[in-house]
Amino acid sequence: MRFQKRHIALLLYIVFLLLPIYWLFNMSIKTNSEILGAMTLFPENPTLANYATILTDPAWYSGYINSMIYVGINVVISLLVALPAAYAFSRYNFTGDKHLFFWLLTNRMAPPAVFLLPFFQLYSSVGLFDTHIAVALAHCLFNVPLAVWILEGFMSGIPKEIDETAYIDGYSFPRFFTTIFIPLIRSGIGVTAFFCFMFSWVELLLARTLTSVDAKPIVATMTRTVSASGLDWGVLAAAGVLTIVPGALVIWFVRNYIAKGFAMGRV
Amino acid sequence: MNKITNNKAWFLVLPVFFIVAISAIIPLMTVVNYSVQDIFDPQTRFFVGADWFRQVLEDSRLHDALIRQIIYTGSVLFIEIPLGIGIALTLPRKGWGVSACMVLLALPLLIPWNVVGTIWQIFGRADIGLGGYALNMIGMDYNYSQNPMDAWVTVLVMDVWHWTSLIVLLCYAGLRSIPDAYYQAAKIDGASNWAVFRFIQLPKMQSVLVIGVLLRFMDSFMIYTEPFVLTGGGPGTATTFLSQFLVTIAVGQFDLGPAAAFSLIYFLIILLVCWVFYTVVMNAGKREEQ
Repeated sequence: MRFQKRHIALLLYIVFLLLPIYWLFNMSIKTNSEILGAMTLFPENPTLANYATILTDPAWYSGYINSMIYVGINVVISLLVALPAAYAFSRYNFTGDKHLFFWLLTNRMAPPAVFLLPFFQLYSSVGLFDTHIAVALAHCLFNVPLAVWILEGFMSGIPKEIDETAYIDGYSFPRFFTTIFIPLIRSGIGVTAFFCFMFSWVELLLARTLTSVDAKPIVATMTRTVSASGLDWGVLAAAGVLTIVPGALVIWFVRNYIAKGFAMGRV
Repeated sequence: MNKITNNKAWFLVLPVFFIVAISAIIPLMTVVNYSVQDIFDPQTRFFVGADWFRQVLEDSRLHDALIRQIIYTGSVLFIEIPLGIGIALTLPRKGWGVSACMVLLALPLLIPWNVVGTIWQIFGRADIGLGGYALNMIGMDYNYSQNPMDAWVTVLVMDVWHWTSLIVLLCYAGLRSIPDAYYQAAKIDGASNWAVFRFIQLPKMQSVLVIGVLLRFMDSFMIYTEPFVLTGGGPGTATTFLSQFLVTIAVGQFDLGPAAAFSLIYFLIILLVCWVFYTVVMNAGKREEQ
């Protein structure tokens, strides 16, 4: 491949993308005195002390555990309800299907700020405030529509003849769905799970409002640290790096479907 | 694909219907309820009709926030769409570089939104951040926590950093669907690079671009977390966009009536754009099938 001008543009853009992330990582392995004392491109005395702080202090690591729990619950709920629905949308016409599909979309597009107060009161009144299930259910607002749309995109790519053949061979719907259809759209389910995970993991506003102590997610822990007491930049940076890790680990597996996932299965 | 008409399919959709109804319809009804009443405590409430709507629509702070929001969203689209198309055209078409670029480009998309704010908060500070330090070194008096203009530009650059990759990935998906034969034919005809872009690449990217524009419009229209972490809406109100404004009156001042009325107006704008999005996407799908 010849080296052309366009490669320089691409390279510059990627440097622009990576520089701030590098800086976060750089700060996470510096001591606070070095962060505040001098401007150094590379840490002079690399240290893992900031990471050690996070992994040993319950106030920090419980945030990660809480986030993991509600994100996990949310992914399971989203997939379980979205699978049959996406199948229905991709295979059948039924009364009101188009309106329903559109209505789902409006929930993905709705600003969480609008739902903030009602959610708070709804979950408080049924005693679910500050529980993992409350956040998981609240995130269903945008994740269930997302899952339905992405899965519908994948399912529409499977020829309908497969369903028909299976029914003629005497498969009942539940048996066909679990033993034939689900294995066929494995990759679609994986991609959907990834995106549900991602959007629940990155959300702050609802997660922060619906929790106080017992289910406080890591993203809320981080913003509260900023407002309270003296800033510990090193630990904050380390916490930031650790929130990027889960996404960075699995992104390789979904690299060919990233566009499809973000466009809700419409690419 | 021609589908069978079967109303039993409703049973498959019911779980989704219930779960989204709980998390969407009930809260929305609460909002409607608040928007027409003045509530002092659970026992004391008055019906006020459209008063809150009138008050909100006449509120100059809301007008300012709306104007800021429109300018901001406009700038986001104006920068990210051309830049995204440009970068997508520079991506390699095959080889190991494709996967590497996909992963690197997607990285900002996967970072929690508040961490995006934190990253730029750190990066932009003049004392400890590389970006802010470098700008001050070359003689610019840059300080995003004091100067409204700097704050606004920082929030914009942050959004470009965060979301341009989405446009790149979408456009690239569109470009990959162009058969090699098209390029070969263009070469034989002696078409210029511009002609190739204008008559082959752009039409193929059209449908994904529509999705990209609308997704970026919606998401930048309800942006909250990143400016909240970076600037807290300040200095002054320089970066207070609609969501931030709504959260301030709903949670900060606990003005339920105006907040609810404002929520409904906000939601209606979103609904309108959503409808455009849906119509366009569905028509694009139909055209491809034909």
